[in-house]
Amino acid sequence: MNSGRLTNFLIPLLAVLLGVIAGSIVMVISGYDPIAGYSALLYGAFGDSYYIGETIRQMTPYILSGLAVAFAFRTGLFNIGVEGQLIVGWLAAVWVGVAFELPKFIHLPLAILAAALAGALWALIPGFLKARFKVHEVIVTIMMNYIALHVTNAIIRFVLSDKSYKSEEIHESASLRSEFLQSITDYSTLHYGIIIALIAAVIMWFLLEKTTKGYELRAVGFNQHASHYAGMNVSNNIVLAMVISGAFAGVAGAMEGLGTFANISVKAGFTGVGFDGIAVALLGGNNAFGIILSALLFGALKVGALEMPSSAGVPTELVDIVIALIIFFVASSYLIRLLLTRVKKEGK
Amino acid sequence: MEYVIEMLNIRKVFGNFVANDNITLQLKKGEIHALLGENGAGKSTLMNVLFGLYQPDGGEIRVKGQTVKISNPNVANDLGIGMVHQHFMLVDTFTVTENIILGSEPTKGGKIDIKRAEREVRELSERYGLAVDPTAKIADISVGMQQRVEILKTLYRGADILIFDEPTAVLTPQEIQELIQIMKALVREGKSIILITHKLKEIMEVCDRVTVIRRGKGIGTLNVADTNPNELAALMVGREVHFKTDKKPAQPGKEVLDIKDLVVKDARGVTVVDHLNLTVRAGEIVGIAGVDGNGQSELIEAITGLIKAESGSIKLNGKEILNLPPRKITEAGVGHIPQDRHKHGLVLDFPIGENMVLQTYYKEPYSKNGILNFKNIYDKARQLIKEFDVRTPDEYTKARALSGGNQQKAIIGREVDRNPDLLIAAQPTRGLDVGAIEFIHKRLIEQRDQGKAVLLVSFELDEIMNVSDRIAVIYEGKIVAIVDPKETTEQELGLLMAGSKRKEAGVSS
Repeated sequence: MNSGRLTNFLIPLLAVLLGVIAGSIVMVISGYDPIAGYSALLYGAFGDSYYIGETIRQMTPYILSGLAVAFAFRTGLFNIGVEGQLIVGWLAAVWVGVAFELPKFIHLPLAILAAALAGALWALIPGFLKARFKVHEVIVTIMMNYIALHVTNAIIRFVLSDKSYKSEEIHESASLRSEFLQSITDYSTLHYGIIIALIAAVIMWFLLEKTTKGYELRAVGFNQHASHYAGMNVSNNIVLAMVISGAFAGVAGAMEGLGTFANISVKAGFTGVGFDGIAVALLGGNNAFGIILSALLFGALKVGALEMPSSAGVPTELVDIVIALIIFFVASSYLIRLLLTRVKKEGK
Repeated sequence: MEYVIEMLNIRKVFGNFVANDNITLQLKKGEIHALLGENGAGKSTLMNVLFGLYQPDGGEIRVKGQTVKISNPNVANDLGIGMVHQHFMLVDTFTVTENIILGSEPTKGGKIDIKRAEREVRELSERYGLAVDPTAKIADISVGMQQRVEILKTLYRGADILIFDEPTAVLTPQEIQELIQIMKALVREGKSIILITHKLKEIMEVCDRVTVIRRGKGIGTLNVADTNPNELAALMVGREVHFKTDKKPAQPGKEVLDIKDLVVKDARGVTVVDHLNLTVRAGEIVGIAGVDGNGQSELIEAITGLIKAESGSIKLNGKEILNLPPRKITEAGVGHIPQDRHKHGLVLDFPIGENMVLQTYYKEPYSKNGILNFKNIYDKARQLIKEFDVRTPDEYTKARALSGGNQQKAIIGREVDRNPDLLIAAQPTRGLDVGAIEFIHKRLIEQRDQGKAVLLVSFELDEIMNVSDRIAVIYEGKIVAIVDPKETTEQELGLLMAGSKRKEAGVSS
């Protein structure tokens, strides 16, 4: 039991380390100093309060998209549609933020709720198709991502604005921005979203591990036949699992819409936050608290990387490669697990 | 050079657990040698050592007199040792020949010489009377045939020592008879066979000698001709085993289950349960005897609500339960030990403790207001584990890690503990060893004695004859006869199961 828990902790750590080493090799080959590069990365992520603020701001949507993917994983589903659910969540949050003028204690929760609902609805479609017609959720969610991207773009251009590329800014009463958080982090873009993300992690843990509904969802995820035998409604649980996963993704969108950007602009492509959520969830072992840690890593990589071109002269393209290598090793933690067991065997 | 294989004082340790404690097994040329032991006694470990999957921590292996080190299965193959695995290792979408040559493909000019391979496979198949079509797809052939493909795989690689790992577990009685003929043909051609099994009947039928192991220790090797099933069972389990379960005469009470005119169609629309009538009363065990595929599974799934019936009536204590959702039926007082414990009975990736409340998790004391009470859940699990002798390291162990017998005991514990009026047991002892079978039969009879109605479905006639108070013979979806186990014979049941009309006079006498 103990050694198992240790390997569960060791594997992600080793994955990150291997990624760092591979990144160094690439930097050395390309004629850059990896130590300077990584120092810049580290400084850019945690070097002073401003950077820390930015890192925490960036990890906020990662936590939520990671939770969305993990929730689906734990209930036997593969939600590739977090990206699309995030985008519709973002749009819904901004829409509510722009369209209404209400007291903050109503307006802000309403905007977040709208985002959760939009994400949930977007996930309801693949969930329903899976439960009712056994259509594979991976295919449907991928398609739903494209629909989300282009439909939201159209709405931004023709409904939320007059053929502009972005919406109006949301009202202050729907904003997650915090002068206090900005002031203690040297005026970074840190906002209150992190608190919501942490609460969401606790909700996911509690829901899955402590409630009868979570018990059902996990049972259906592992074995639909046994769940049916035991009197659970398999179809409803599949739909529900998808909907909850989508709600987490929608809230991730709200973090961007109500916190970081305070508006929504026309997107040429996907944000990537939803897709990165898959890696965040994997690295975090699909566990709510593991996800917080892995979201921190992803946030740090994303934010710290911005510092690498300016202070270490590593070009942006190479930074992307290094980050991708780290993610690659993280995602292929299976390989590391294999290596680790082999080392153990020979050690005996 | 009398022995082709000698495993001398083999020892294998996993952590603190001694799986094989100085076991010796010697295989003579041309014999069928049984390796007998309960589930978890260490049979598979010993054979995996011989096949090169595990390295022994002590002892010596000799093949044809030469001391060898079998470091991996390829070495075993080169030494002429082949293994027919219990779980087949076949590619479904490949043909028989493609599967057989996989890994040692004959080539001609860089291309696989499939014609030559097919010819060789056909020759081998004919020589040993296997009747396998080399061009058939694996997905299209029966389980019994797939097993023969596994046998051919070892023969094609030149094996002359064959290890059969529980080969009959997946076969129908008919297929078992055919397999026995094949094994006899193999030894006639000079092959030697190790048969891993816990079925005493098979040992008595085909084996020359038997080596018994119990809890990792070698108990001894006997000539089958000099022993009997009772002795073997006692050696295997370590105590006397009663094949005939002692039971008092049944005292049937009111009708608990009353099925009238039940019609069930399968997914293709074929009528599989055809206007079936059956009653089970409190305090009796009704056994359903029949050849697999005559509607038994569908009957049970219809009673328990897992599939929808077309028409008819199923009454439980006088209340209609036809086509109610499974939960309503469970709550009405039906317990169900399902035929496929991995598919229906357990969530294998859940701890054994969480599996104990699979149908009751939403009720007090296991949860309140939608919040699980793990203390109560695991208290219950500990109680059932103790009461039903489920051997598990602890209640937090995943169900997957338990042996089949212990998984089954856990399911029975869970179902019995809900105190249902009707207990349905479908193939409750399939794949289990005699010790576990005895335990489960006792529990079923105990339920009967407490006034429950028990419906038993089994393909093992011994079990039906032994446990039931009444036997209902099912054929093509109908109950074709109800017989008294004390007044019938296996022959008569066999005929009835095959669809021959019952001669009234012959039975009642």
